[in-house]
Amino acid sequence: MAAHDVKLTPGGHNETATLDGKNKVLGFWLFLGAETVLFACLFGSYLALRHQTMGGPTGQELFDMKLVALATALLLTSSLTSVLAMVAMNRLQKKQTVFWLVVTVLLGLGFLVLEIYEFIHYVHLGHTFMSSAFGSSFYALVGTHGAHVTFGIVWISTLIFQTVRRGITLEMAPKLFVASLYWHFIDVVWVFIFTLVYLLGKVG
Amino acid sequence: MGTLIVLVVLALFLIAIFNGGYNRTFLERVKNSTVWDWLTTVDHKKIGILYFLSGFVFFIIGGIEALLIRLQLIVPHNDLFVGDTFNELITMHGTTMIFLAAMPMIFGLMNVVIPLQIGARDVAFPFLNALGFWLFTAGGLLLNLSWIFGGAPDAGWTSYTQLALNEYSPGPGIDYYVLGLQISGIGTLIGALNFMVTIVNMRTPGMTFLRMPMFTWTTFVTSGLILFAFPALTVGLLLLMFDRLFGANFFDHAMGGSAVLWQHLFWIFGHPEVYIVILPAFGIMSEVISTFSKKRLFGYESMVIATTVIGFLGFMVWVHHMFTVGLGPVANSVFAVATMSIAVPTGVKVFNWLFTMWGGELRFTTAMLFAVGFIPTFVMGGMTGVMLALPPADFQFQDSYFVVAHFHYVLIGGTVMALFAGSYYWWPKMFGKLLDEKLGKIHFWFFFIGFHLTFFPQHFLGLFGMPRRVFTYQSGVNLETLNLISTIGVFGMVIGTLAFMFNVVKTFKKGVQASSDPWNGRTLEWACASPPAPYNFAQLPKVRGYDAFWLEKEAGNKEMQPAEPLAPIHMPSNSHIPILMAIGFFVAGFGFIARGDFSMAILGLVMVFITMFMRSFDRDPGYYIPVEEIERTEKGVKS
Repeated sequence: MAAHDVKLTPGGHNETATLDGKNKVLGFWLFLGAETVLFACLFGSYLALRHQTMGGPTGQELFDMKLVALATALLLTSSLTSVLAMVAMNRLQKKQTVFWLVVTVLLGLGFLVLEIYEFIHYVHLGHTFMSSAFGSSFYALVGTHGAHVTFGIVWISTLIFQTVRRGITLEMAPKLFVASLYWHFIDVVWVFIFTLVYLLGKVG
Repeated sequence: MGTLIVLVVLALFLIAIFNGGYNRTFLERVKNSTVWDWLTTVDHKKIGILYFLSGFVFFIIGGIEALLIRLQLIVPHNDLFVGDTFNELITMHGTTMIFLAAMPMIFGLMNVVIPLQIGARDVAFPFLNALGFWLFTAGGLLLNLSWIFGGAPDAGWTSYTQLALNEYSPGPGIDYYVLGLQISGIGTLIGALNFMVTIVNMRTPGMTFLRMPMFTWTTFVTSGLILFAFPALTVGLLLLMFDRLFGANFFDHAMGGSAVLWQHLFWIFGHPEVYIVILPAFGIMSEVISTFSKKRLFGYESMVIATTVIGFLGFMVWVHHMFTVGLGPVANSVFAVATMSIAVPTGVKVFNWLFTMWGGELRFTTAMLFAVGFIPTFVMGGMTGVMLALPPADFQFQDSYFVVAHFHYVLIGGTVMALFAGSYYWWPKMFGKLLDEKLGKIHFWFFFIGFHLTFFPQHFLGLFGMPRRVFTYQSGVNLETLNLISTIGVFGMVIGTLAFMFNVVKTFKKGVQASSDPWNGRTLEWACASPPAPYNFAQLPKVRGYDAFWLEKEAGNKEMQPAEPLAPIHMPSNSHIPILMAIGFFVAGFGFIARGDFSMAILGLVMVFITMFMRSFDRDPGYYIPVEEIERTEKGVKS
């Protein structure tokens, strides 16, 4: 199917309307499969090493659940706003799409600020990357997630810029769609971090 | 390090000035040159050739390292390469052969063949394909530069901690290992992703999953293995880098870390890795044996099932590398049984190959010789594999030359022989010329006999108690003769490989021009020109069954029936961004190795991100090849 035979349809799945789009979406799902293994290995390392505090503070003493709950709320909401952006995109409403993407980025930024604050706070309490195996594995896992959030923010920002300039096209639709997939994936990973790092850490 | 950059920049300026200054005509000339075309190509056939040739260069480098290892072991108490140098040699030999020789050469054949076999015009992501190749090259180069700058890695290809931590490996060697493999690993992952999407989304009409050739099937399963195995290596390397460069404590016992954690992460990747290099070899063998037996592959469906089962079991058995760690009898038993069960689907494959040959019209071309030699050799490797899968026996065999013999029987007897078979088989499709058969047969016999001479005695050396990775042995303990034979055998493989290289050079100079179908082939790649036009198929072929091209020939047709009318073909444009991005990664890797000052690393990462932005904002829609040009090319092919 050649690209010029395909038209944008309001309400349709524009992201998979072309072969390029189909390839991009399938390729991205597979990439997320690889990312799952990556995070699974980091989770495994953390779970294996989380009691090795070497006399430093334990997770039970460290974790500030109020802060984490707020960060979680921000990130989960941003997943919702990215869905709204996709809905608007498939209705070919450029302004709404851009609006919801901007909201998504802002919520992501809020999460990131809280995480950075949280890290600084923990370091002051004597929990650093170098202090113990627990510290190393904690910052590696949560930090890798944070790096993914940062990358997502930069990525979606460039896509916002492109959407404003080019509008919603058959080329932009798959790009926006996979970015939102990525964003949901980050959210799912955070749910696991919330459970396996923070909740489990509080239980002891 | 600074001096190096200054020198490189200076050299570039000199080149520019000697070419008449860097004005517009100079740039124009660069962009029209063949070198620029190859550096920026996104054509899967050219990328395949690049992969294959650079993999072969690394194969030679790894082979020289092996030769030096065997020379050290030729007599007891030898002092040619002792201590650190020997450790560096074994580490780099293993690492180079697995990551920089076997996988890229396989990727080369896959890149050339897979789109042709499924009747596609291109791969799903031509740009990413190029990026994958350049990242592999950047990583491989970085790894090998360690010989010149600061010493090669010396902790074995498995890089076990604590051995690989700063305390026992203080030089930058392991840093080269960590960053070189990380960069080339990203490239491999990208390549695998590309193959999977290509096979799922871009098959020609009628090419159902159960009509795909075996090589396509094994590529598909292999790509899946890469996709789920490499991230474990990525994490392992990342954590090791943190430990070595930034003072983390993942593996340091004194700070609560765990050395067994590294072993798990490494083998969760490392065991599937051996199937990553052997499954495509099975695919190549299936194609070669079926073509030169002039028979349909026996038990095609069971081959497909066996391939997927092996792919699945590959992930379930990594602990058999850790039987002696002390995980306990329950873990050991479970993983022992899982390991032994892999012999079942593999046995199915071996019998299917034998039954394919049974009653066939056999033609012993060089490719077929390698395929036939492969069967008993690989079976022997498989047998010792089952022996090693028995934990009580493994406690005896562990870290002895028996293990060395085992994995060389499967990796050389399997992968390397398959790569040679594939080279002779697909050479006409890659380069349009046939390799010389007489030289090919010299290649085979020297290589085959040399191989068995080298590695068969090593089983007994292992049973007699010779440990692996140790640079010498005592005299008078019955190890001299077998070691001498083993080293002599290496020269057989050297002569064989030299015959192959001579063959390649001779073929380039005055080889026989190949027809589109020199072997009376069965699959779709033989239905298009040798070498194929940039767009592969002028019209996508319509597939009506397994062995699609053979079916048409049986029905009396000379060509495939088209599945679509002749129309302009969309092609992607060349891009220089992949190589720029790879250079960015290379600079960043070098920067991290130059410890203490990370300005160069940051510079490299900035370059990576800038090229990512360039790509994101790039709106090049490619170009169309008009119908007249296609007709002109196709007419040229037929005459």
